[in-house]
Amino acid sequence: MAENTRFTAESLKKKFRLSEFLAEKFITGIAFLSITIIVLIFVFVFREAIPLFRTGKAKEVAVKEQVTKINEGLKPESYGDTVNQASPVVVTNKPAPQAYDEDVIRQVENKKALKTLNTATWQPVSDNPRYGLWSLFFGTLKVTLIAILIAAPLGILAALFTSAFAPTWLREILKPAIELLAGFPSVVIGFFALMVMASFFQDLFGYASRLNAFVGGVAMSLAAIPIIYTITEDALSSVPATYKEASLALGANHWQTAFFVTLPAATPGIFASILLGTGRVFGETMIALMATGNAALLSANPFESVRTLAATIGAEMAEVVYGDTHYSVLFLIGALLFIFSFGMNALAEFYIKGRLMKRFMGR
Amino acid sequence: MKEIKIKIKDLTLHYGQKLALNNICLEIPDRRVTALIGPSGCGKSTFLRTLNRMNDLIPSARISGEVLIDELNIYDRNIDVVNLRKRVGMVFQKSNPFSKSIYENVAYGPRINGINERKVLDEIVETSLKRAAIWNEVKDRLRDSALGLSGGQQQRLCIARTLSVNPDVILMDEPASALDPLSTSKIEELIHQLKEQYTIVIVTHNMQQAARVSDYTAFFYLGELIEFGKTKTIFTNPTIKQTEDYITGRFG
Ligand SMILES: Nc1ncnc2c1ncn2[C@@H]1O[C@H](COP(=O)(O)OP(=O)(O)OP(=O)(O)O)[C@@H](O)[C@H]1O
Ligand SMILES: [Mg+2]
Repeated sequence: MAENTRFTAESLKKKFRLSEFLAEKFITGIAFLSITIIVLIFVFVFREAIPLFRTGKAKEVAVKEQVTKINEGLKPESYGDTVNQASPVVVTNKPAPQAYDEDVIRQVENKKALKTLNTATWQPVSDNPRYGLWSLFFGTLKVTLIAILIAAPLGILAALFTSAFAPTWLREILKPAIELLAGFPSVVIGFFALMVMASFFQDLFGYASRLNAFVGGVAMSLAAIPIIYTITEDALSSVPATYKEASLALGANHWQTAFFVTLPAATPGIFASILLGTGRVFGETMIALMATGNAALLSANPFESVRTLAATIGAEMAEVVYGDTHYSVLFLIGALLFIFSFGMNALAEFYIKGRLMKRFMGR
Repeated sequence: MKEIKIKIKDLTLHYGQKLALNNICLEIPDRRVTALIGPSGCGKSTFLRTLNRMNDLIPSARISGEVLIDELNIYDRNIDVVNLRKRVGMVFQKSNPFSKSIYENVAYGPRINGINERKVLDEIVETSLKRAAIWNEVKDRLRDSALGLSGGQQQRLCIARTLSVNPDVILMDEPASALDPLSTSKIEELIHQLKEQYTIVIVTHNMQQAARVSDYTAFFYLGELIEFGKTKTIFTNPTIKQTEDYITGRFG
C-alpha cells in the first residue's frame, strides 16, 4: 500500500493533454478575434474621419488665389467665395483657377468645415455648408435624458415588483413578456411612435411640432425598459434570500424589505442596467429618425424637434459623396459616438463600480 | 415548572411530500434557555422557524397544529406576521448581515419601527453591540461595510441586530458555530444575561454548550421530539436510550 501511494517522478510527470490544449487555444482565438473585430471597426471609423483634419494645402490655395486676383486687378474676396470659385461647378466665365485638383478643393472645404464644427448650426447641404455639432449633441442628450428618466424608474420598479411581490404565476407571464419587448425591431417601435404616440401626446399636451424630443424619448424608453428590467431583475433575484429573511425576521414588511434591503444590495447591477439602457438609447437610430422630427434645433424645450447624432448618420450617410467633407464629418460623429459610449463604460467600470464595490462589499 | 411562554401542540410540518416535523408537543418555559439538540437534518432549524413563522416563506412548507405564545395561536388567521416577528427575533445558522455599514445593520430594525432620532439610534446601536460582545472591535469602524467583518464578528453583529428591536423571544440557530472559543464564551455569557428578560430557544451541536447555557433541553431525531426535560436530567439521567447514545456520542 505504502509503496503504491508514494510520489514518484513518473506518477507526477507532466502530461500533454491534446483536447485541453486545443480547447484552450480555440477559446483564446475566438476571444482575440472578437477583440480584433472591434478594434478594426474603431480604426475604420476613425480612418474615415481623419481626412477632415488634412488642411495643409488649403493655405497655399488661399495665398495663390489672392495673388491671382490681385494680378487680374480684382479686389480680394472673402474666404467663403474663394472656395466657390475653386469648386468646378461654379466655374462659369470667370477666369477660374481650375488648376487645382480635387484633393486641394476638398482640403479647402475641410478647413471651412472644421471652423463650423464648434457652432450650433447643422446645414451640411447648402452653398455655404455648416457642420455645427452642438445642436446634434445637445439634442441627443435631451432625448437620452428623457428616455432614461422614463425607462429607469419604470424598468426598476417593474423588476422590483416581479422579483418581490408578484405571485409566481404572474411572474411567469410578466418576465418573458417584458423580455420579449427587448427583441422588438426598433422600426416597429418607431412606426408606432410616429403614427400613434405622436398624435396622442399632441392632443394631450397641445404642443406645436408633432414629432419632437419628448415623443422620441418616450419611444426610446420602450426600447430601454426591457434592458433595464431584465438586468435589474437578475440583480434583484441574485440578492441572497438570507438578506430578505434577516429583514423579515426583524419585523420588516415586504415593502420595507424590498426597498431598504433588496434594492440597495442590488445597486451595482441596477447601475449597470441603467448604463446599458443609456447606451442603447444613445446609439438608437431608427426610432430617432422616425419620432424626433429631425430638426437640428438648439433648445431646452422638450417639445421641440431635435436631431440626434445617430439619426444624422442614418439619414445622411446614404446621400453623401464618398470621401468628401460631409462624409468625413459623419464619420467624425460616428467616432464621437464610439468615444462617448466607450467613455461611459470605462467610467462605470473603473470609477463608479469601484466605489460601489467599496461601499457595498466592504472591499 | 416555571410559567410557560410557548406551547406547541401537535405540530406537523411537510416540505412537499416530505415529513419534516411529526406531531411535536412541547412547552417552552418563560425566561429560560431551551436548547434543541439532535443530529443534522433532524428538523431543529425547521422547528425553530415555525416559532416565528419563517416557514411561511417556503412555498412547499405545509403546517398543521398549533403554536401558542402567551396563549395566543400564532397560526391563527388574524395574526399579523410582521408584528409577530417583531416580538420573536431570530439569529440564523449562517450569519447574514446586510450589505450596509455596521451601524446601519443594527439601526435597521429600530428604523423600520419608526425610530429616526439620531441620539436614540446611536444609543440603541451602542447598547446592542455591547451586549453582543462586539462593541470594542467595531466601535471605530461603525461606518464600514459589515461584509468586511470576519465570520465570527458578522455573527455577533447579527445577534446585535436581533437585540436592537428588543423582542420577547429570541431564537438562535447555532449562533456560535463559526466562533472561536473566546467569542463563544462571550456569547454564552450573553445568553446567561439575556434570559433574565427573554425567552431563548437555541439550536446547538455542541453538547457542552447545551449543558452550559440551557435550562431545558429537547432532543430531536428524524423529525420527532424524542425527549424533553431539564437539562440536568437529560444530560445525567436520560430516560430514553437514543438520547443517552446521542449525548454520549455513541450514536449510530
Ligand atoms: N426548504 C426546504 N425544502 C425542502 N426540504 C427541506 C427544506 N429545508 C429543510 N428541508 C429538509 O427538512 C429536514 C430538516 O431540516 P433542518 O434544516 O430543519 O435540519 P437541522 O436539524 O436544522 O439540521 P442541521 O443541524 O444540519 O442544521 C431535512 O431533511 C432537510 O433536508
Ligand atoms: Mg439547522
